[in-house]
Amino acid sequence: MTPFLERFPLVRHIGTLGPLIALLGACLFFASQSPRFLSGQNFSLILQQVMVVGVLGIGQTLIILTAGIDLSCGMVMALGAVLMSKLAVDTGISVPLAILCGLAATTLFGVINGLLVTKVNLPPFIVTLGTLNIAFAINQIYSGAQTVTDLPDGLTALGNTFSLGDVAISYGSILMLLAYAASWFLLRETAPGRHAYAVGNNPEAARLTGIATKRVLLFVYGLAGLSYGVAAMLSVARTGVGDPQAGQTENLDTITAVVLGGTSLFGGRGSVLGTLVGAVIVGVFRNGLTLMGVSSVYQILITGILVILAVTADQVSRKGR
Amino acid sequence: MNAEFDNNPGHMPPPDHLPPPGSPVLQARGLVKRYGRVTAIDGADFDLRSGEILAVIGDNGAGKSSLIKALSGAVVPDEGEILLDGKPVAFRSPMDARKAGIETVYQDLAVAPAMTIAENLFLGRELLRPGMLGTLLRCLDKPRMLAEATAHMQSLKIGIRSMKQAVETLSGGQRQGVAVARSAAFARHVVIMDEPTAALGVKEGNMVLELIRRVRDRGLPVILISHNMPHVFEIADRIHVHRMGKRAAVLNPRRISMNDAVAVMTGALAVEDIPPECHA
Repeated sequence: MTPFLERFPLVRHIGTLGPLIALLGACLFFASQSPRFLSGQNFSLILQQVMVVGVLGIGQTLIILTAGIDLSCGMVMALGAVLMSKLAVDTGISVPLAILCGLAATTLFGVINGLLVTKVNLPPFIVTLGTLNIAFAINQIYSGAQTVTDLPDGLTALGNTFSLGDVAISYGSILMLLAYAASWFLLRETAPGRHAYAVGNNPEAARLTGIATKRVLLFVYGLAGLSYGVAAMLSVARTGVGDPQAGQTENLDTITAVVLGGTSLFGGRGSVLGTLVGAVIVGVFRNGLTLMGVSSVYQILITGILVILAVTADQVSRKGR
Repeated sequence: MNAEFDNNPGHMPPPDHLPPPGSPVLQARGLVKRYGRVTAIDGADFDLRSGEILAVIGDNGAGKSSLIKALSGAVVPDEGEILLDGKPVAFRSPMDARKAGIETVYQDLAVAPAMTIAENLFLGRELLRPGMLGTLLRCLDKPRMLAEATAHMQSLKIGIRSMKQAVETLSGGQRQGVAVARSAAFARHVVIMDEPTAALGVKEGNMVLELIRRVRDRGLPVILISHNMPHVFEIADRIHVHRMGKRAAVLNPRRISMNDAVAVMTGALAVEDIPPECHA
């Protein structure tokens, strides 16, 4: 007796098409509810609202594709953001150098996660639970829990906009889209990208075919760390400050985006573009519900329901195989 | 990640330097492997000749998997030597054995189910685009991998329509077919198959047996480890019987009965009592 949901062939393909359908459905619904929803300016705003979670989600997707998980991404990003801004403000080093230091720090955190996972064989959940706390504490000690303000213009430049017709688009959202294009290319078109899928799909088979699975994992965690650094740049640019309290909701928001995007938490299935769709779905719901005057608590409630629906779809489509 | 494979042509034509049938390809002399007080391999000899399917049979605990692991580089023997084409070799890892042209097919279907057939065939040895795209960015040459996968699967007469299908859409036998085809594509000397039909139904098992025969007929000698006596007697040219950590006998499946072979394997029949014409 096949479980009820599995009797519908469409349900089995929902893992790949579902996120886009959900996004289109949400857009249609909100367009019918608010005349202000369907405008270029509003979509540009949604992109700006999701760009930090979006770029963090790239690293999260990479790690989840290898059947791992990263609980530390938001904290690592916040550390990178504070480091960039504090270095630029306190020591007076040039903005590019400050950014480079921030990127190096978040990448280092990723590499440390990767080393603990591959060399010490710890589960990614535990490793990143540890680094979550470590990154948070270092950040508080380093910053004295003080927000860094009066940032040089260079650090906030990504928050500036340019006009396309009558729509103002931020450079930051363009950077997010470029980061997605690059990671999509990496995962689809290059050998290391396919190896990441293989490691998540069947680690033993990957090892037996001669893939250096630990090197793949280390590369993935390092690259994820780099993406958190890019997210840190966007966070600084968007808020205009280096905030040591940032990143706390982003930790789990990235997992929400990955799951809504149809990537399997069991590894080996999914795509980074799905995560972009997932992040935009959350953004669209928040934006649309706000336009409708729905209080933010209900927005959280709906996000929770969406996540459970997405994981259910994943489970059902897995059983279909 | 495996630079040494970057220029691998992928779809290997049958080896062009075929040694005369019957000449030694892979040999072992006096192999010993001890784990503490347990001796898993106790002075074992082994001979694989070109152009043959050599079955390796043995009771549970006879040490045949240790022997196979030594031949495929997964275990480093304490004593003895392994010769490939008459030259001594020392495998420190399965990668060493693979580099020497020995490929292994594992019984638990070592494929990545969510990935396509073409991707699985080239997993770990992807063909890269020429020029900077390949060397610097490690970009995949997808059209070439697809074309070579199709040609290779056709040459082995594995009837699968699209190489872009995910492996999980295939039956168990077809999946094992992909694993066998992968080994046959990259092996230059020997294919080792560890219980390739164990997880399969009757019809699918026969399909894989037919495939093993085709691999041999293309010039690659095959070592077949199996518990399935009908399968062994159906396709083996010679049978290596492993008992108490060493080779007990090499039998001719066309002369000896299945019952006697099992009796030798379990020790119920002494090797000396076998008629000479049953040896191979």
